[in-house]
This record gives sequence, C-alpha cells and structure tokens, in this order.
Amino acid sequence: MSVLSVRDLSVEYRTTGGDVPAVRGVDLEVDRGEVLGLAGESGCGKSTIAGAILRLLPAKTKITGRIELDGNDILELTPGKLRAVRWTAGSIVFQGAMHAMNPVQRIGEQIMEPILVHGQSGEREARMRAGTLLEQVGLPTRRLDDYPHELSGGQKQRIMIAMALACSPSLIVADEPTTALDVMVQAQVLQLLRTLQHDLGLALLFITHDLSVLVEVADRLAIMYAGKVVEQGGAEAVFHSPAHPYTKALAAAFPAIGDMRFRGRPSGLGGDPPDPQQIPTGCPFHPRCAEVIPACSSVVPELWTAGPARLAACVHVSGAPALEGVSR
Amino acid sequence: MQTLDPTPSEPPVLVEEPADLVPPKSPRRIGWARRRRALSAFWKTYRRSRMGMVGLVMMILFILLAVFGPLFVPARNVSVAFATGKPFQPPSLQWPLGTDNFGRSVLSLIVVGSRISLIVGFAATVVTMVLGAGIGIASGFYGGKTDTLLNALTNWFLVIPWIALAIVMASILGPTLLNIILIIGITSWAGTARLVRAQALTVKERPYVERARALGGGDVHTIAHHILPNVMPVIFANTVLTVALSILAETTLSLLGLGDPNSISWGGIINEAFQAGALSAGYWWWIIPPGVMIVLVVLAFTMCGYALDEIINPRLRER
Amino acid sequence: MSDPQPEPDVAELGVPVVEVEDLEVNFKGRVGFFAGLLGRKGFDAKAVDGVSITLYEGEVLALAGESGCGKTTTARAIMGLLIPDAGTIRYRGEPLARSRRGLRGYRKQVQMVFQDPTAALNPRQTIYEIVAEALRIHGVPGGPDAKTEEQLVARALSRAGLRPPERFYLLYPHELSGGQRQRVVIAGALVVDPAVIVADEPVSNLDASVRGEILALLMKLREGSRISILIVTHDLGLAWTVADRVAVMYLGRVVEVGPAEEVLQRPKHPYTKALLNVVPEAGGTERPILQGEPPDPTRIPKGCRFHPRCPVVASGRAERLGILNRCVSEDLALEEIAPGHDVACYLKGLGEEP
Ligand SMILES: Nc1ncnc2c1ncn2[C@@H]1O[C@H](COP(=O)(O)OP(=O)(O)OP(=O)(O)O)[C@@H](O)[C@H]1O
Ligand SMILES: Nc1ncnc2c1ncn2[C@@H]1O[C@H](COP(=O)(O)OP(=O)(O)OP(=O)(O)O)[C@@H](O)[C@H]1O
Ligand code: SF4
Ligand code: SF4
Ligand SMILES: [Mg+2]
Ligand SMILES: [Mg+2]
Repeated sequence: MSVLSVRDLSVEYRTTGGDVPAVRGVDLEVDRGEVLGLAGESGCGKSTIAGAILRLLPAKTKITGRIELDGNDILELTPGKLRAVRWTAGSIVFQGAMHAMNPVQRIGEQIMEPILVHGQSGEREARMRAGTLLEQVGLPTRRLDDYPHELSGGQKQRIMIAMALACSPSLIVADEPTTALDVMVQAQVLQLLRTLQHDLGLALLFITHDLSVLVEVADRLAIMYAGKVVEQGGAEAVFHSPAHPYTKALAAAFPAIGDMRFRGRPSGLGGDPPDPQQIPTGCPFHPRCAEVIPACSSVVPELWTAGPARLAACVHVSGAPALEGVSR
Repeated sequence: MQTLDPTPSEPPVLVEEPADLVPPKSPRRIGWARRRRALSAFWKTYRRSRMGMVGLVMMILFILLAVFGPLFVPARNVSVAFATGKPFQPPSLQWPLGTDNFGRSVLSLIVVGSRISLIVGFAATVVTMVLGAGIGIASGFYGGKTDTLLNALTNWFLVIPWIALAIVMASILGPTLLNIILIIGITSWAGTARLVRAQALTVKERPYVERARALGGGDVHTIAHHILPNVMPVIFANTVLTVALSILAETTLSLLGLGDPNSISWGGIINEAFQAGALSAGYWWWIIPPGVMIVLVVLAFTMCGYALDEIINPRLRER
Repeated sequence: MSDPQPEPDVAELGVPVVEVEDLEVNFKGRVGFFAGLLGRKGFDAKAVDGVSITLYEGEVLALAGESGCGKTTTARAIMGLLIPDAGTIRYRGEPLARSRRGLRGYRKQVQMVFQDPTAALNPRQTIYEIVAEALRIHGVPGGPDAKTEEQLVARALSRAGLRPPERFYLLYPHELSGGQRQRVVIAGALVVDPAVIVADEPVSNLDASVRGEILALLMKLREGSRISILIVTHDLGLAWTVADRVAVMYLGRVVEVGPAEEVLQRPKHPYTKALLNVVPEAGGTERPILQGEPPDPTRIPKGCRFHPRCPVVASGRAERLGILNRCVSEDLALEEIAPGHDVACYLKGLGEEP
C-alpha cells in the first residue's frame, strides 16, 4: 500500500519577477517500508516537492494536482487537520534545520515539543519517549539535557532525525540530510537512517543531488530535470544502466573506484541548468543533451517505458512512439 | 546497456548575448558601460522611496539656492555699513523677512548665508570621510596592534563630548572658516571610522581578498580593488548624513560664538540675533527663518541619507 | 656517462616542482576573557603537524582526508598565504622567499582555485576585471610575441571554456552559473601561465552534473602545458578520476601516499581503508564504518595518531601482531613499502589481513 502518492503535481511560485513554475507535473509513489530517492541538479524542484507534501510552501504558491499522504488528501485539508497530519503522518528532516535548532533550549525539550503539541502523551511519557528516540539514533539518554552547541554536526543531524521520528510518522521526507556533513559522519548518518527505516518499516523520501548516496540507501530512484521526473526505476538499475541521457551524465559524475573507464577521464554535462521561467521547448534537456536529434526540440517526451519497471522521458527509449530520425 | 562516453565534449556556448550588450571595442570602457547600467538600476530603486525623493528635491533646491542665490543679492543689502533699511523692521513687502540691528535684510542674509552653511557642511564632510575611511580601513584591514591603537583612538573620540573638544580647538586655532571646517571634521570622523572598520573587517575575511593575495596582490592593491569598493557604499550613505550633522555642528559652534565673524552663516545670523537681544525684544523674524532653514536642510540630507542607507545597507534591506 | 639505467621511480615521477617538508601550522587557541585573566591558556590546534609531500612536474596529486584534517591549511601554506611554524617549502629547489617581492614572483608561478567560486569573486568586479587582475598585479609580459592585456584575458577565458570570451567581459559574477564562476576563477589563474595550480575542493560546491566539466578542464591544462596540479578533495572517487598520485591525510599528517591505483585499490593504511569504506556505492551499508567523531587537532593522541579509532587495534589484531605497544606510544613517519608508495603504519610489511 502506498503511504505517499503524488499525482500530476505542479507548483508555481509567485514572485515579483513573475511566476516560477518550479514543479511541472510530477507523479510519485512511496510504499510502506520503501525508500524512494529523488535526485537532480540544484533548482530542479526537489525541495519544492518536499515542501508541497507537507504544505510548507509560501501561502500564495499555486499548487495543483493531488497529494495523498497516509490516506489524507493533503491539498484539501483544513488548516487544523493539516497541523494534525504534519508530523504524525509525515515529517521532514531538512539540511539546514540543524542550524535552525533553538540554541537556548535543551535538546530533550526540543524533541518532546512535537509529542506534546500533538497531545499524544503527558510530560513524563514524552520525556521517556525522547530518551528512547535518542537511543534509537545512537546517542546516550543523558544527552537530553545538552544544548545544541554542545553537539557536533553529525550529532545535531541525529537529533533532527529523532525529532522527525517523534510522532511515529508513516513517511519521513529527508531533504539533503547529509549534504553539509563530513564523509565519515555522512556514512554514519546514512547507516542510521537506513537501519531505522528498515526496523520501523518507514517510508522514506530521500532527496539529494548526490546520486551515489541515493544508490546506497534507496530502493527506487526518480531523477528530476527542470521540474519534471525524467527517469524512474530500481535504484541500481537506474544508476548502473541509465536510460535518460541526463541520468547518464549525472551517474558519470560518481565513478566507482577501480572502474578504468573513468580513470583520468572526468566527464560531465556542459551548459547551464535551465531557468525555470524559460524552459526550452520540446525536451527541456535538449540544449545540453549529448544524444539530441532534431525531433527533440519539438517533441515533449513523456515517461515512456524503458525496460522492466523502468520509465524514462526520452525519444530514444524503447517505449517511445516512432519518430522521424530516431534510431534504436 | 548503453555504454557511456566519458570523453569530455567541448562545452557549448554558455550564455546568450544580451541584446543591448554588444561588446564595446576597448575593455577599459567596459566598466563604464556596466557602471552606467548599475547606476540606472540604483536610481530606479531610489525613486521608489518617497522619503528619499522629497529629501532629494529639497536638497537640490538648497544647493541651487546656495550656488545662485547670492548672485541676486545686492552687496549693500548685507553690508553693515551700507545697509539701506532701518534696524529691526518687521516683515513687510520691502523686507519680506524684516531687518536686523544694522538694517540688513534678513532674507538677503539667509540667502547669502546658505552658501557658507553648505560649504562648511560639505567640506567638513570631506574631512570626516577621508579621516574616517582612512582610519577605519587601516584599523580593520591591518588588524593587530594597528587596530588596537586606532580603535582606542576612535573610541576616545567617540566618548569625549565633541563640543568640549571643539571649543578647546576653536579657542586655540582661532575662528576662521577653514579652522571651523577642520574642527568639525576632526571631531566627527570617529563614527564613520567605526562603521568603516566593521565593514572592512567583514570584507577582509571574504575569500576574494584571499584570492587577490594568492594572485600576488599587495596591501595597496587589495585595499584599492577589493576593500574600498566594498566599503564605499557604506561610506556613501554615511556621507549624506554627515553633511546634515556638519551643518548642525556649524550652527552650534556659531551659536556659541565660535563661528567665523567675517562670514555670514545661518548659525551666525541666529547668534547675532541672540546677542542683540532679539529673543527678549520679540524680533522673531530674525531668529525663526534661519532656524527653519537649518531644520529643513538637515531634514533634507537626513532623508536622503536614510533612503540611501536603506538601499545600500543590506542588513536593513533584508528586514 | 656509462650508467644507462636511471633510477626507476625518479624517472617515473619526474622533476619535483613543489616540495613540502615537515610542515607545521598551529592555530592559537582562544580562551574567554576571564579564563585568560585567570591565566588559563587555550589549546593550540596543530592543524598541520609534520606534512611532507612533493608535487612533481605535470602531475595531478590529490590530497584527501576527512574534514578538519588540515588539507586546506596545507594548501594555504603552500600558497604562502600563512606562515608555517616549522618546516620548509621549496619551489624548484629554492626555499620559499618570505620577502614581499619573492612571494610575488612565486605567486605568478603558483595559482590557486578556490572551493567556493561565488565567494572567491568580488561581486563588484566584472569578469574582465577579475581575469585581468593578475596581469595588473604582475604586469603584462613583454617580449617579441607580446600580447595585449585584452588578448591575454580573451585567451585565458577561452582556455577555461568560456567562449566566445567577449561575451563575458561585461558580466558580473552573479550573472553566471556556479560552473561558469569556477571557470572564471580558473581563467583568472591561467592568465599568468602558472606552473602549478593548487585547487582546494574545486568542485565540491558545484552541481554534480557540471563537476566533470571543470575536472576535465583541469586535466586538459595538465596535458597541454605540463601544469602540476595539487587538488584538495574529500572525495576519493574524484581522486580516482583525476589524480596520478593520492596522499591521504589524518589529523595533520600524511599517512599514506602513492600512485592512485595503488592507494585506492590496494590501500595499506587502516585509515585509507576506512575512508574507502565510506565511499557510497550500490549495495548498501553493510561494510564497517569508522565510528566516533572527527578527531580534534587540539588533542593529538600519542603514538600513532590514528590508534584510538584504528580497527586493527580495536579488533585485537595489533596486539596479536605485537605492534600494539608501538601503536599507542611511539610516533612514526612515512616509510616506503613499495616503489613510490609510502605508509605510516606499523602494520606495513606484516602482510594483509588473513
Ligand atoms: N520561495 C520561493 N519563491 C520563488 N521561487 C522559488 C522559491 N523557492 C524555490 N524557488 C525556485 O524554484 C525552483 C526550484 O527550487 P527548489 O528549492 O525546489 O530546488 P531544489 O531542487 O531543491 O534545489 P537545491 O538542490 O539547490 O536545493 C528554483 O528555480 C528556485 O529558484
Ligand atoms: N584560521 C584558523 N584559526 C583557527 N583554527 C583553524 C583555522 N583554520 C583552520 N583551523 C583548524 O585547523 C584544522 C584544519 O583545518 P583545515 O581547514 O585545514 O581542514 P580541512 O582538511 O581543509 O577540512 P575541510 O575538509 O572541512 O575543509 C581544523 O581543526 C580547523 O578547525
Ligand atoms: S528526448 Fe532528445 S534531447 Fe531529450 S534527452 Fe532524449 S535525446 Fe536528449
Ligand atoms: S600504526 Fe597501529 S594504530 Fe596506527 S594505523 Fe597502523 S595498526 Fe593502526
Ligand atoms: Mg533543495
Ligand atoms: Mg578545507
């Protein structure tokens, strides 16, 4: 059963410089106990999706489509109901949130806060729960009385995870939870997330631009480009045999050590990420694509079948309709 | 499985040329083209501030008055010896703002005095800025002992009452116009220095300053190309406010009888009025008009200064 | 001369360009005002504590290690941006001058590429001014085939992949993408034809998709003009793609250095192995991950500085092999265990794990 189901989600920010279509028709599905990885370059709309799922976007933002979280139609909820759903049905771990911890409040109180707000238990039980959570994220209970500045970056990120777990949500959205961390600490945090997710049967939407991290933690991957999902499928399959040219370029940025194909030959995409207000016609990737054909500037590719349980939005995939000049 | 081609391709042309930006021939002129655009963008923002626009219009009127006004005032109108009016005339059609104890037209005095008041304001500001920016940059950029020393000096100037210092200096140096300017400059640079030092301290830590050093640039290069341009906006907004303060300072000094007795300034007019007992005798036209002018000019510069500060100072902008 | 056989590894490595020997950099610890009054002293951070590395002509040397191990500090010391507390840095055999003039000449030869291109560019300068900056400091070189400042700037911009260069002259840094900004930084370094480029995490602030382009650009420079590149990175995958040799740092020291294939595929130091273990890869998180927080340069352990976290010690293997005593008490230096492959670990020569 899917915990999160996103249908045809579009998000437009309203700014003084005009509307910014940050997400343009995205479908996602996360099942219980599953980790879906969402990757793509900066500005492609990853955080916007995360924000839309818990409706944390600016008030004027135009959101269309349908988001179903644990059986709740998120976009139709009343504000009161929405507050109840936030944190109990789905919670979020931000990258920057570890800087957003209240510096003058003990971490125990900060973990207890959502539990108390949702009235799930009294003060004493909440404190017990906070202690348990702390142990779950690999910190001793006595650290409940510490202040944030007494913790290292990795430890703070663990606290953020504990806070996300506080109300036993069905879904955790992790938006770049390890980007600011050192390699060694990042590995520890990833291991923790994966273990928790497995033990608690959580659904996890894991967002990052680091594809190599995603292959490690995710079961399935969705690759985004210019506000759309351009490829979807099993994590290893997508990473090791990408179908979409964009995914290929992205995967090539994370070479496996020992793979002689990459030795001495770094490769990457040329060109700039598209401006969301001026998305190219046809396939939005065509100005930077290495496999571009003339049809690409006019045909808008949809997520066509690209193999078993694989979808990709490119004219070259097997499921694409016949087009002039396409060779497969 | 499709194989990857890891050979890097030649990067494509990355930027579409903006239509209005055809490269001029000489790269030396390039900066100017850009600066003009930046200026017009700045003007667009500035224009949105009502306070700034009102202040600017007033400021321009005052400057026009100071530059051209005195040309239309007959010399005898403000001469002690040849004044044509009777003393202490209340405002009338002939003397719109009355006359003083010598029978000089107060209106003429105000018009002529505007020049000295503004000259003192601007010139003292230049002194303030040069001292403040120089000391602030030296203090912030070099740090260490230099900073300790200069910072102590700055703080000393900040805490001692400037008026006391000004009185002492004026009595030592004598009340000439140049001395007044110097005194005001010397007593008021500390605030600017503190502001500039703070900004220089943050700019100094920016990686582009480190980059300049890594390129081989010395201190002079770094200050001229990186510190100064990034401190300039702060100085600029501060300048306009300082003009207002300097005019006020000149008034204060004149009121205390420390002004230049040979030149006519608004503060000087009021001082003479006081000394002639205008207050008790009810010669309001002799005191109020120059006072109003001072208030208005200070207001004008202050309004412009705050408007500029709001645009330039990013901390204010973020709020 | 009758000796036909040159020293094998000298021939392979070529001419040393930058040699760093026993470099030490300490940062003074700070204490609060009152603690200072009470006579308390802060702990000095030994950010770099005896680093020796050599950069050979035309090679790419990667300096790797976890956060805070002293990579940036080493790079800044090599650039002459901070004064080391001990040790020597030689450029082509000559010790680094401390005089302003000497440093200026050196900095024409050795250029730096910064981690965050956005921060490394003065927002008030145009791209042209930024790239021309080094020329204005060092002067436009004269000579028979002398070029004008503009020609040199144009050439540097196009070598850095910003083509056609005139299009960029007028732009300000904020009008470029992150990758383009890093190209501008590189162009600014290239404009004086340096012999060495020190790149501190040159791509870690860039989007994954454009990283390859910047790296490819650096590689091309090396091939074209025999520029030597020291690239600081925490990403061993990146080291695998670009580096000829890899030096791994731990807590202010180089603990392993050698050809990239050797160090990355057959690591000898337990710390290098631990670092390789955390390179994310498909297949999950079953491999051992070094626990504990990053080490603290204000409290460097006695003996091998890695021993408090060393899995060889923790598993008891060090004790079985009889090296435990030395691990915890005797400091040690790099030692060559294979041609060109140096390791600082008592384990060397004692064979692989059974
Ligand atoms: N509050 C906002 N108002 C207007 N535009 C916004 C806002 N937030 C984001 N955007 C724009 O929407 C687009 C998508 O932003 P988003 O933050 O979702 O990207 P992202 O994929 O998370 O990128 P990153 O990897 O940099 O975090 C960007 O072009 C961004 O500039
Ligand atoms: N200016 C400074 N003053 C005091 N301590 C410093 C200073 N610069 C660096 N340090 C300390 O020196 C140590 C080494 O820092 P360095 O920046 O060289 O690490 P690094 O290996 O580059 O790490 P990262 O991967 O995080 O960039 C760190 O513990 C750091 O806190
Ligand atoms: S549709 Fe064309 S342009 Fe788009 S990714 Fe496929 S080949 Fe490239
Ligand atoms: S010397 Fe000892 S403690 Fe150090 S790395 Fe080798 S085995 Fe581990
Ligand atoms: Mg984001
Ligand atoms: Mg660093």
